[in-house]
Amino acid sequence: MSVDRSTVVRVAHLARIRVADEEVDKLQGELNSILGFVEQLAELDVSNVEPLTSVVPIAMKKRADVVTDGGIPNKVTRNAPQSEDDFFVVPKVVE
Amino acid sequence: MTDLTALSLAEARDALKAKTFTATELTDAYLAAMEKARVLNAYVLETPEKAREMAKASDARIAAGTAGALEGLPLGIKDLYCTEGVRTTACSKILDGFVPPYESTVTANLWADGAVLLGKLNNDEFAMGSSNETSCFGDVVNPWRRKSADGSVDPTPLVPGGSSGGSSAAVAARLCVGATGTDTGGSIRQPAAFTGTVGIKPTYGRCSRWGIVAFASSLDQAGPFARTVRDTAILLKSMASVDPKDTTSVDLPVPDYEAAIGRSIKGKVIGIPKEYRVDGMPAEIEALWAQGIDWLREAGAEIREISLPHTKYALPAYYIVAPAEASSNLARYDGIRYGLRVPGDDITDTYELTRAAGFGSEVRRRIMIGTYVLSAGYYDAYYVRAQKVRTLIKRDFDLAFQAGVDAVLTPATPSSAFGIGEKSGGDPVEMYLNDIFTVTVNMAGLPGMVVPGGLDAKGLPLGLQLIGRPFEEETLFQVGEVIERAAGRFTPEAWW
Repeated sequence: MSVDRSTVVRVAHLARIRVADEEVDKLQGELNSILGFVEQLAELDVSNVEPLTSVVPIAMKKRADVVTDGGIPNKVTRNAPQSEDDFFVVPKVVE
Repeated sequence: MTDLTALSLAEARDALKAKTFTATELTDAYLAAMEKARVLNAYVLETPEKAREMAKASDARIAAGTAGALEGLPLGIKDLYCTEGVRTTACSKILDGFVPPYESTVTANLWADGAVLLGKLNNDEFAMGSSNETSCFGDVVNPWRRKSADGSVDPTPLVPGGSSGGSSAAVAARLCVGATGTDTGGSIRQPAAFTGTVGIKPTYGRCSRWGIVAFASSLDQAGPFARTVRDTAILLKSMASVDPKDTTSVDLPVPDYEAAIGRSIKGKVIGIPKEYRVDGMPAEIEALWAQGIDWLREAGAEIREISLPHTKYALPAYYIVAPAEASSNLARYDGIRYGLRVPGDDITDTYELTRAAGFGSEVRRRIMIGTYVLSAGYYDAYYVRAQKVRTLIKRDFDLAFQAGVDAVLTPATPSSAFGIGEKSGGDPVEMYLNDIFTVTVNMAGLPGMVVPGGLDAKGLPLGLQLIGRPFEEETLFQVGEVIERAAGRFTPEAWW
């Protein structure tokens, strides 16, 4: 399988990465090179194989659903590009 | 006094204990070496004040008789590990200026044992790369240089491997006594091979991933770099732990890895997989592998040819699984909560502009591949198929281990270190092929170690890889040290 120009543009939008028009051709070539490389997996018959979900055969650890941390809004927002009174400042989302 | 930076970690530890010199003296020696070696670009942040403060505290604990296992030993930390109050960027512009308000579990373990932080080490952006050429802080230069046929030094700068290229270069150039790395497809073992250092990626689940910037969560593991096998054993004992904050951290006690060193390997079964004899492999690498087999046979191991038939599918399957997980993990970099923000007209515009400006080209490429293979209509054809292939790769190893194989010996890389810029041209797949021998180990979650085996005709180090059974890192230290003893140690001549 290979991707065309419009698929590159669609995938970039799904990934929320702005791609300039002049970058699309280069990206298309690179993505197709990688997709061409992974194509060899089609040679294998995997019809009776289960997909791997964990390399270590252990049950997922669980913990009690309780609050173990908190009360540190200033620490949480300290690295924000824009914050005010311990809130993240974001562009308007709802019209 | 001899140069303190020439001592191995074990030697420095013993000398500190014997009060031959102080932790402050040792730290100062490394800080001076770092200053002189800035041309290598191994560190992206030096923390001399913090280092001296920590060394002073170590000296107080040594005097009080309360020293920890790594007391006063100066380490470099890959910039993928969150360090409280110390800038952590994963060498990406998108984490510009990020100062974590918490400490990763692995580094917290190191400081609890008395280690000293020298600074943060360069790496490929988000650990995506095999040459340390994708860092937003620029390329790392390998301390090793080629020798021409007439014996003169060729000044062409070489890559230190990647993604943990700052770690490998710093350890080889004696800019720290040991370093941390992370390994998703070979990012500890390939740079160790390129710099003549020792590196081990432990079994998935042995070291906590908490507080380490995530790349591909089902493959990522932390591990140490050092100049000897024993040194990596000492470091791994401190780094590994059972951590309730990481659900994939395995509930097994951490063994005393150092105690495994020096035990006889008589009767150990070493598997030699015929599928690792790939087309176009340089004769020197083939010869080194044969030499490694001879060393282990002479030490009493039983050598057995084995087959791992799905080996060649590991790399293509990896380039589906790893980008898929990366595209999901890196969705968090949205310009809202931390790091870079490029303001746009609305929220989507802000996301798209921020991520376009913040991610480098390799990271963007992988996010897009991951987004594509996970998108509607392609998930089964790509992602599910790759995870099924992963089952087959793991089964190959399981069968070999069930048949009595204790460890597998392979070459570490298909070549020695290459020049900066030599492989970063048009086709990304050319660079990916560097990890052809290491990536199977991540796909199967196994422990893997690289030990230097010799130098090639150009005078550059080559490594041998040992792959072990799950959670049997002790076997790797035991067998690895036999190779080290036979091969000797390799140090680059300082030119910087």
